[in-house]
Amino acid sequence: MSENAPTDVEPPAAARGSSLAMIRALGVIAMLSGVLVVLVYQITQPMIAENKRLAIERAVFRVVPGAVDRRDFVVTETGLEPGQQATGIQIYAGYDGDGALKGIAAEAAARGYQDVIRILYGYNPGCECITGISILQSTETPGLGDKIGTDPAFLANFDALDARLNDTRSALRNAIVTVKHGTKTQRWQIDAISGATISSKAIGKMLDDSTRTLLPRLAPHISQLKVTEP
Amino acid sequence: MTTPKRPSDTINLDTFLEGVWRDNPVFVMLLGMCPVLAVTNTSMNALAMGLATTFVLLASSALVSLLRGFIPKQVRIACYIVIIATFVTIVDYTIQAISLDLYNALGAFIQLIVVNCMILGRAESYASKHRLGKSLINAAGMGVGFTFALLCLGTVRELLGAGSLFGIPVFGEQFEPWVVMILPPGGFFVLGAWLLLFAWIKQRKATKGKQGETVHAT
Repeated sequence: MSENAPTDVEPPAAARGSSLAMIRALGVIAMLSGVLVVLVYQITQPMIAENKRLAIERAVFRVVPGAVDRRDFVVTETGLEPGQQATGIQIYAGYDGDGALKGIAAEAAARGYQDVIRILYGYNPGCECITGISILQSTETPGLGDKIGTDPAFLANFDALDARLNDTRSALRNAIVTVKHGTKTQRWQIDAISGATISSKAIGKMLDDSTRTLLPRLAPHISQLKVTEP
Repeated sequence: MTTPKRPSDTINLDTFLEGVWRDNPVFVMLLGMCPVLAVTNTSMNALAMGLATTFVLLASSALVSLLRGFIPKQVRIACYIVIIATFVTIVDYTIQAISLDLYNALGAFIQLIVVNCMILGRAESYASKHRLGKSLINAAGMGVGFTFALLCLGTVRELLGAGSLFGIPVFGEQFEPWVVMILPPGGFFVLGAWLLLFAWIKQRKATKGKQGETVHAT
């Protein structure tokens, strides 16, 4: 503050000229900056969009075994909307080479040990089970929590994790829960990783939350996914 | 600083080597510690961060040097920041276009290149006082020095913390990784060890020089 004070009081005529120079310099540099940023944005935008599409596609094909083609849908309050625009839960339907529905993929998220973990999971309407998970975002501790994406024994939980709906199709028959390492007895239980209980529990919680809201809403419209032609 | 009062335009080897060794931004000036500690958990991240910073440093030094007669003294910092931010945005988009995985690994630290004090420091203390050629060469030296320092940390941390180098395992199955090395504390340990090494080399050189002088005097 005290450094600024003298310059504020000094009123020389040169100051007027210099303020014009200041405005000119800032204006020109801001304009130059704008032009450069817009130019680069225009060039890279299609590449970035393509990269994002490929990343989603890779994750979808990983969690829906046998899928080679995908289409996007949004599960709204009332039904199913193709594309990504409608408000609701975004799902990706995976189809095999003959156009038969192999399963759907949806996102789930919950708080882990460090930060929010986001995953994509696959759901097979035939067996009403979860067929795989793929970590989209995780900052869990390397060597401990990050095993949720790499530990083969943990990932084997999701070869066919039970997510059946009850007889009225309004809720899950059995809540998906994470149990202590080595105590898994039921098909809807997830065997936790020893030493990464919090991260394992987060996976169980997010799957339970997500399937609890998504599946009852999707159940009446599942046939719509099957008949949609490419 | 060896720069005389009136900036000379002679370009010599020291213009380049200043940043690589004598005034290395990380090991000597300890500038830009935030990305140095945060993204050096793998060699690949370290290399990418070093190259991104070098590009921003080169481009902003060039522009600041070209516009040095045009920017009034009172608004120079604002101008420098706008120039630096422009190139950081360009780098940000470019990395997204090249690889989303790399972009996610580097996280917010790409945007944070804007506030890397090494870059603003170069603009303020060098590029704004020297011709284009000299500023570019000096910036290149600083960039190389910064990338070198990041790689020094990144390779050691990845070797010890994951047993691999640029993602390729080097120690075989039996190696038990020191996970702490790729966690934040590992950054401090490794940086401390490197600084110790450099300080030791410097001290040894100084003692040797002194001994030589005394021998010469007697």
